[in-house]
Amino acid sequence: MLPEIGQFSLILACVLSFLQMVYPLYGVRTGHQGAIRSAKMFTVLQFVAVAISFVTLAYLFFINDFSVSYIATNSNSALPWYYRLSAVWGAHEGSLLLWVFLLATWSIAVALMSKNLPVESMARVLAVLGLLAFGFYLFVILTSNPFERTLPYFPIDGRDLNPLLQDFGLVIHPPMLYMGYVGFSVAFAFAVAALLEGRLDSAWAKWSRPWTMAAWMFLTIGIALGSWWAYYELGWGGWWFWDPVENASFMPWLAGTALIHSLAVSEKRGVFKSWTVLLALSAFSLSLLGTFLVRSGVLVSVHAFASDPTRGLFILSFLILVIGGALLLYAVQAAKVKSRGRYELASRESLLLLNNIFLIAALIVVLLGTLLPLVHKEIGLGSISIGEPFFNRMFTILVVPFALFLGIGSLFRWKRQKLGELVKPVLIILVLSLFVSLAFLFIFAPALTWLAVLGSFLGFWIIVSVVYEIYLRSTHRHSFINGITKLGNSHWAMSLGHLGLAVMIVGITMTQNYSIEKDVKLAVGEDITFERYDFHFDQINALNGQNYVGTVGTFSVFHDQQKIAVMNAEKRIYTVQRMPMTEAAIDAGFTRDLYIAMGEQLPDGAWAVRIYYKPFIRWIWLGPLIMAFAGFIMICDKRYRTKKNPVDKLGEKDV
Amino acid sequence: MFKKRRILMLLVPFIAFIIGAIFLATPLLKGSDPSKLESALIGQEVPKFTLQDIFDETKQYNADIFKGQKMLLNVWATWCPTCYAEHTYLNKLANQDIYIVGMNYKDNRKKAIRWLSELHNPYQISLFDESGLLGLDLGVYGAPETFLIDSQGVIRYRHVGDLNEQVWNDKLFAIYEGMQ
Amino acid sequence: MNPRRKKRLLITSSLILGLSLAMGLTLFALQQNIDLFYTPNEILEGKNETGVKPEVGQRLRIGGMVLTGSVKRDPNSLKVSFDLIDNKAGRVTVYFDGILPDLFREGQGIVAQGTLKNKSSIDAFEVLAKHDEDYMPPEVADAVKGMSNLKTKQ
Repeated sequence: MLPEIGQFSLILACVLSFLQMVYPLYGVRTGHQGAIRSAKMFTVLQFVAVAISFVTLAYLFFINDFSVSYIATNSNSALPWYYRLSAVWGAHEGSLLLWVFLLATWSIAVALMSKNLPVESMARVLAVLGLLAFGFYLFVILTSNPFERTLPYFPIDGRDLNPLLQDFGLVIHPPMLYMGYVGFSVAFAFAVAALLEGRLDSAWAKWSRPWTMAAWMFLTIGIALGSWWAYYELGWGGWWFWDPVENASFMPWLAGTALIHSLAVSEKRGVFKSWTVLLALSAFSLSLLGTFLVRSGVLVSVHAFASDPTRGLFILSFLILVIGGALLLYAVQAAKVKSRGRYELASRESLLLLNNIFLIAALIVVLLGTLLPLVHKEIGLGSISIGEPFFNRMFTILVVPFALFLGIGSLFRWKRQKLGELVKPVLIILVLSLFVSLAFLFIFAPALTWLAVLGSFLGFWIIVSVVYEIYLRSTHRHSFINGITKLGNSHWAMSLGHLGLAVMIVGITMTQNYSIEKDVKLAVGEDITFERYDFHFDQINALNGQNYVGTVGTFSVFHDQQKIAVMNAEKRIYTVQRMPMTEAAIDAGFTRDLYIAMGEQLPDGAWAVRIYYKPFIRWIWLGPLIMAFAGFIMICDKRYRTKKNPVDKLGEKDV
Repeated sequence: MFKKRRILMLLVPFIAFIIGAIFLATPLLKGSDPSKLESALIGQEVPKFTLQDIFDETKQYNADIFKGQKMLLNVWATWCPTCYAEHTYLNKLANQDIYIVGMNYKDNRKKAIRWLSELHNPYQISLFDESGLLGLDLGVYGAPETFLIDSQGVIRYRHVGDLNEQVWNDKLFAIYEGMQ
Repeated sequence: MNPRRKKRLLITSSLILGLSLAMGLTLFALQQNIDLFYTPNEILEGKNETGVKPEVGQRLRIGGMVLTGSVKRDPNSLKVSFDLIDNKAGRVTVYFDGILPDLFREGQGIVAQGTLKNKSSIDAFEVLAKHDEDYMPPEVADAVKGMSNLKTKQ
């Protein structure tokens, strides 16, 4: 009975989303006030319906109802309860349900929290969100129904969740990532609504800015979590693989990062508006493209066999309809937009434009690297893969000017900046950052390499200039203490966001240049020494988990003869799916990680073991966390909370 | 004139997108037909293998068991809900003297034996493919799947999904009757 | 030309310049980093589509099935070698120094990435086995399609 309730409320939500799309638009067209105001009601109802459906599925997982075939294939009674719940989004059908549920969550948030938005604009925005929801509901119901029953008979036990997904990181990674993906739909809806209305002004930028920032924040955390998960779960010690699925999440992030910067210009200065709209459309389009790539199996990826061409075709048709329609609308409507703000070539506007250019260049690099294998095969030249070196090299090249301009960018004034004024601060930053980065490498690095010097210089260049800029800004009119308290949220957000990037750059530099990776053959009782660390293989024991068996190797680690850690690296075999898994042992630290992963047992009884020393790898995830926190600070800005009379807003056209 | 040029410029993203979409659509439209992979095995002999009997670990079978008469090869598992559903129909076919070989796919031996003793065993021979290696050779996507094999041991048809009265009457029966 | 138009022209042209520079760099880097996929037979006889044989020292990917009984290990290190075969006559030896993936088994389809050492052997820096039981890279599936069973159960 319960699965039918879930199914029914899903269909109900689909119908409601259709009404949410059609009725308010009809109201806007005819001026029917009731129809215009109905948008909010439909949004709330649609949310309630899909929430019932989602909670039902989660509950069915919880009680092990294997009469539902999605649960039978993705869960097992031996699975701990928390993994049973996260198994809801462990495979295709459920993750799509999560997707529509989150879309409804964003929609209801827009409906309830944008009190100062004119009702007509709100009606348009919610109608666009309704359209997106409707498409995805159809997709779920027609091609991937999670509530499908297993005929009158059902199995005694389920096939179990893929062991790779039985992990804390993967409990929260997909929801975070999806919050980001789906969140860009709000920016998309605002953009399309503004295009429909034919009114693109700075008020538009102001409304969509906090939403975009929120989505970007989730996406940032989601990607960082994914990277962290890959690091400790895949047993390779890598943190980014340029895998198509990873790239699929990275592309919307790049577009989103460009978007939050260009939105700032559009809000404050009223320029770049048509460009900003295009970015808003692209960020969500790339999210959809990512979904398509992962779901359709057109790219060679781990999911290739599980995918289904009809699903791919469905998403693609939806993609063409939504993105194609939006871009066509853009071509027609954006031509009407006139940019009124004026600025000189040397100004903050230009530098933010430059930032956008670099981000888009990076986006194109990723897009090319991801899609070229597909095109190559298509035109009959055989299968290829594009290696990590390509992406690594391109990003090394791109990050240099990007970071240099980013550092001094915040010193530039809006409209016009006399370059002469900047000579002194830039020199100070240059000297300081050179000094700090060399000192840093002298303390933490065993030897100097050109790339390491360059990378840490770029990182500290950003850090020094951020700190220096805060100092300049706060001593501009007040004493330092007095001035620093007067800095607004968005200023702190910018500074912190940039610091986050700097931390990440330093982390990547150190990890890529000074990691030590040893694949060794080690028998119990033997040890291996490097970088003043001594790893002693103490013993090997059998392991018995709730739904797996395996072996665990115990290692004692000594640093300068001091015992600092005992590490247990596991090799598990999940009994239901008979899948071997490597659980690496990690001794985490602020300046270095020690990483041990068991390989295979060799014929003579010794083990192949990976032992890694990874300096500053935590900084790679610390950086994005700081960035996300910066986004949070920006959203909290009073500017986006004050409830003004909507009429004020309407008057606030192009500044 | 200026405005027209502007619209043309603004159309660039749209056009780029459409070109991209065409590239994405073609592999879906032409390449990914699942039946394409299946056809590779049709007309060929069953791959060579050595597998244990499900009830008796010491008893081993090889591809020769498929020669001598026409038969069905049914791939099943206890974790597979649809297998449960089609089991009744397999029993019915077995009662009509159709020779069926069962291949238990990536499964647990104990559970499988219990399944067969509780639900009745329609198989003349039950192979135990614990690691799924023969399944890999046969290109099995999952369970259930049913292969029609003629008396020379050559695969003549492959059915993916559950076997029921309708499928049998509409499609498989004719092929089965037509085989030697 | 008025200053406004001039400025716009400057911005547009710098935008175009930047993008084309990025494109150029990208294509250049791409050319050096494209790893073509070969089956063992294609290594020996040339690509099916073009007939081109890989050159010694070239980076490439190879996919095939690990020949049963061909895995040889060095007793003192992690060095290992094995032969890859496909459904044609190809047979290529892969040398690897490192830890083989969990799902590496004889008779299993794998993909290796490395450089061509000589006409019929490869120095691999990465060996990938299918990660998911149901997953086989489509290229490997094509290469071993219809092969008779070469596996023995241990």
